[in-house]
Amino acid sequence: MAEPNHARRFTILWVVASLIATPLVIVLLGPILPPGNGSAQASGHVTDNTVLLAMATPVLLLVVLYLIYAVIVFRQPKGGALEGPAVRGDQRLQTWWIVVTSLLVLSLAAYGTVRLEQDGAGSGGGPSPVAVPGGKKLQVQVIAQQWEFTYRFPEYGGVEVPHLELPVDQMVELHVTSLDVIHSFWAYQLGVKADANPNVDNVVFVKPTHEQTFEVRCAELCGIWHGAMFDHGHVVSQAAFNAWIAQQQTEYAAATKSLPPYSKTYLPEPTRRAE
Amino acid sequence: MSTTIESHPQSAPVRRPLWRRLVGFNLLSAVILGVAGYYLGWFVGHQVSSGKSFEFFSATDENDVALLLAYLFGVAGFLIGLGFANYPVSRLLGKPASLREKEDEGIGRYFGLCTDHKVVGMQYLVGIGLFFFIAGLNAMLIRTELLHDTPTTIAPNQYLSLVGMHGAMMMGMMTSGILGPFANYFVPIMIGARRMAFPRIEALTFWLLMAAGFILTSTIFFGGFPTGWTGYEPLNDQAVMGMDSYIVFFALVGVSMCLLGLNMIATIITMRAPGLTWSRLPIFVWSVLATSVLMVLSAPMLIAALAMAALDRTVDTSFFVAGAGGSPYLFENLFWFFGHPEVYILALPGFGIVLELLPVFTRKPLWGYRLAVSGMLGVSLLSFFVWQHHLFVSGINADLRPFYMLSTEIISIPTGFIFLCVMGTLWKSRTSFSVPMLFCLGWTFNFLIGGLSGVFLSDTPSDTDTHGSFFVMAHFHYTIMGGLIFTFFAAIYYWVPKMTGLRFNERLSKWHFWLMFVSFNSTFLPLFVLGMKGMPRRVSSYAPNLHALNVWVSISAFVLGFSMLIFLANAVWSLVIVRVPALANPWRSKSLEWQLPTPVPVNNFEQIPVIDSDPYDYGTPSGIAGGGIEPAAAGT
Amino acid sequence: MAKKVMGIGVAVIAAATLIALYVASWATSFPKTVAASSASTTAGVSTHLTLQTVAAVGPKYSPEHPDWVSYLVQSHGKWIHSTDFKVPASSDVQITVLQYDGDSGLRNPFLSEVQGTVGKTETVDGKTINAIDPEEASHTFAVPELGILVALPGVAEEAKNQCEFAPCTMAEAHRTITFTIHTGKKGRYHWQCFVPCAAGFLTGGGGPMQTLGYMDGFLDVV
Repeated sequence: MAEPNHARRFTILWVVASLIATPLVIVLLGPILPPGNGSAQASGHVTDNTVLLAMATPVLLLVVLYLIYAVIVFRQPKGGALEGPAVRGDQRLQTWWIVVTSLLVLSLAAYGTVRLEQDGAGSGGGPSPVAVPGGKKLQVQVIAQQWEFTYRFPEYGGVEVPHLELPVDQMVELHVTSLDVIHSFWAYQLGVKADANPNVDNVVFVKPTHEQTFEVRCAELCGIWHGAMFDHGHVVSQAAFNAWIAQQQTEYAAATKSLPPYSKTYLPEPTRRAE
Repeated sequence: MSTTIESHPQSAPVRRPLWRRLVGFNLLSAVILGVAGYYLGWFVGHQVSSGKSFEFFSATDENDVALLLAYLFGVAGFLIGLGFANYPVSRLLGKPASLREKEDEGIGRYFGLCTDHKVVGMQYLVGIGLFFFIAGLNAMLIRTELLHDTPTTIAPNQYLSLVGMHGAMMMGMMTSGILGPFANYFVPIMIGARRMAFPRIEALTFWLLMAAGFILTSTIFFGGFPTGWTGYEPLNDQAVMGMDSYIVFFALVGVSMCLLGLNMIATIITMRAPGLTWSRLPIFVWSVLATSVLMVLSAPMLIAALAMAALDRTVDTSFFVAGAGGSPYLFENLFWFFGHPEVYILALPGFGIVLELLPVFTRKPLWGYRLAVSGMLGVSLLSFFVWQHHLFVSGINADLRPFYMLSTEIISIPTGFIFLCVMGTLWKSRTSFSVPMLFCLGWTFNFLIGGLSGVFLSDTPSDTDTHGSFFVMAHFHYTIMGGLIFTFFAAIYYWVPKMTGLRFNERLSKWHFWLMFVSFNSTFLPLFVLGMKGMPRRVSSYAPNLHALNVWVSISAFVLGFSMLIFLANAVWSLVIVRVPALANPWRSKSLEWQLPTPVPVNNFEQIPVIDSDPYDYGTPSGIAGGGIEPAAAGT
Repeated sequence: MAKKVMGIGVAVIAAATLIALYVASWATSFPKTVAASSASTTAGVSTHLTLQTVAAVGPKYSPEHPDWVSYLVQSHGKWIHSTDFKVPASSDVQITVLQYDGDSGLRNPFLSEVQGTVGKTETVDGKTINAIDPEEASHTFAVPELGILVALPGVAEEAKNQCEFAPCTMAEAHRTITFTIHTGKKGRYHWQCFVPCAAGFLTGGGGPMQTLGYMDGFLDVV
């Protein structure tokens, strides 16, 4: 029996599978990919993940289908001791592979850079972020300490509060810092993550797009209660936010009096070993 | 080139009395001197740190200087007891040079300093296996706790110590997981040499690693350590004495790695047999070379970072203390400058194993030899330029992030070469599915998933959600466990018949593979989902809606652990109890080590061979020149 | 030969099992759980928890860390070195803290305002207040998951007759602080101190601040 044209067979198999699977992945998985659409940044991540998944699908199919094909078709017959063809390479195929994988990878890097430099993509960009969105930004400082997050509003008398509430449809400029060890502020539904480093002001931008409850977790191991360092925040209407912040200013008036003046970083005593 | 080889004729051993055999430089005296060194160091440490500037030790009820010195003196005593100081001292005293120690003493030579690289390889296999097993048990305890969404079974501090021990032990031990046992045993043979370039250093790397592993397990007596395997400052500085165990462990591992890499490079470059040009070098040896370069260049960074951490903890320097002019960023950068090449140290030997074994079981030459070599060397070079992708959200200079995103994306190009070579070797092959081959195929699938998930992580916007979450855990377990560990077992099943002359039980071996492969994927695939659903790493409290998935993962992990027990049972059954002899070349491999008899003689070759081709002379000339893809007209 | 191998095998398995059991017992050791005491009064059931904080727990309670600061809890008239407390759900629990330690100051003065207690106040030596001077903070009793945060002022530095090691007696210099919390539904919550009181450790946050039984523990609401 004549040897079937494996190359043609497999290529057809792979191309057809990719043409079916990739749109399915984009259409069915895309909308439900984490982290959801809680903010402009989170929606951006969903888009980025969809693009990455769409590009990964044909690659995954190539190798997996190939393995299955090879395992089924290219076998040593039972009890046999046959040898395969003594082929050591194919210059053309290797060149094509290098070119295609390089193009794929470089385009992903370019895409990622473009997305990143729009507004920081919800990731901590340090004290001087490159991508600063325009317009008015609500200033919120996230103070991480062992083992709780507190939040300070410099525009509202420097009041510090234990739970975060944000107004919807408003760009927020978060300044994340730490008082002791490295923590990381991760607001899951808002697609925001910024490490809290002591004596560092880590800036990240986020614009929540609808009212919701979001989960805040610490994402950098900070000691015994790292896993318990979580919190819930809310995104509410502008009016509700105004009412809330005014109420917080009254409630925490006593504490606000004892707070140091608002600053981008703090080095409270003891800065070294406690006496 | 002939070297002066002292001959030790195999005469019938005279049975000396037990006490006579126990006295001397061996493991027993090593333990005794190690314990003595420990107490001496403890005492000296207390004397040295009794001054006013160390007052804080009395408030903390700990003395890090004492513990560090105790560990270091203990390791020194241990190595002296094994006999590592004997040769330097004897040379200083003018005695003649000698290459060999204790190479003919029966089973005792496996328990001490022996310069036979085959013995060292065997020692590594058992020693690393032991610590792999211990770290695996730690993982079982971790998964037991994660059956609950609040700290229930295991107290939070102990949990963090278990997480740290699991990670540190695996990373520290398995970096030498392939090079230690298999490169030490087979690289000299594969290149036609009688020994490694530095046989005593080779033995030293093994015993350093064993001392290090023991020191790491001793952390539970000193309160454990809360930082995980990455040892981030300033939590590192805040931690109790158990942190010093981690510091000494990793520093010793770093020294061991550096020396191991050095030895491999020197051996491969200078001791190849005549005719063994670079283009005929087995691909496994190329992977060892690429790995060794990384070891030699990156391990010193780790040792430096740890030395600084130790200074911060003892004499209260402020390398990493933000409030005194230091910076936690410094530690992150130093650590990951080592840490990223480290993970390629774990990946590259796996590449080498798969590409070395595939030709044997597909009966074809390695496809794309030059491409594979460039892939390995490319990965090796690029691995030094990507480390800040671990720091994307940490607040580093925002202009740097696109560069590291680019470099990390680019490193997947040479990695892809390896996959093309695997696929090319499988093309139109005659594959027999022996157990080593099954593990190689398992590697291909697992590393594919691991590698593709890495592409997600290298994209900074996507990394924002997945950094520090279980997604990262799944990624590196797929590449390191699904990659390296699968090839570790492939290498065991492939080479142990040559190392011991015994066959593994086929049925138990296949059970081991299938159970391991299925339970491995069942354990780690859901971790991608857990990460994307918001579960951070290193926690024992998680959101209640993730409970069911965690229970599934834990149960799969227990099955994975059980598959390792099957391997242990296989090893004990086949190598200790039943002991069926294996053929000298059961895989009909054309590689040099399989042309030697089993057991391999002490000096490997009677005569140094002259090499005239690479070991991939498989296959029948198919009449198709150059190309591997048939033109449509010809095939039908 | 086979017997020798079997013997070695059995010895290895026995040793390994013993080591595994030791490690398992180390990993699963929590402080002993102490239940708050409940007393029936005419007004209903009232629940009390009495704690003391000491500057150095002493060799009697902690031979390995005698100089560490610690909480202790009273159970049936005796002082127990534990930080694992059990309280009933949906009830008011009155907590009394006998504070024997001096002040260290808060790193975040926000934590000086009382949060999460009934009336958002605490009573210090009879005087009811809603915030303390952050410099005077010695320890806090805080349950972040329940929003409870009570800063506990310390004994003045020049006070006479200060307590050296636990258990401290009422005759020694102390402050008596009481507050009431309302427990909600069942759950297992952690509680901690927020003051950098761990002498000798970086930022005062290591050692006892990160060890169960000293400055951290669990609140089992059952």
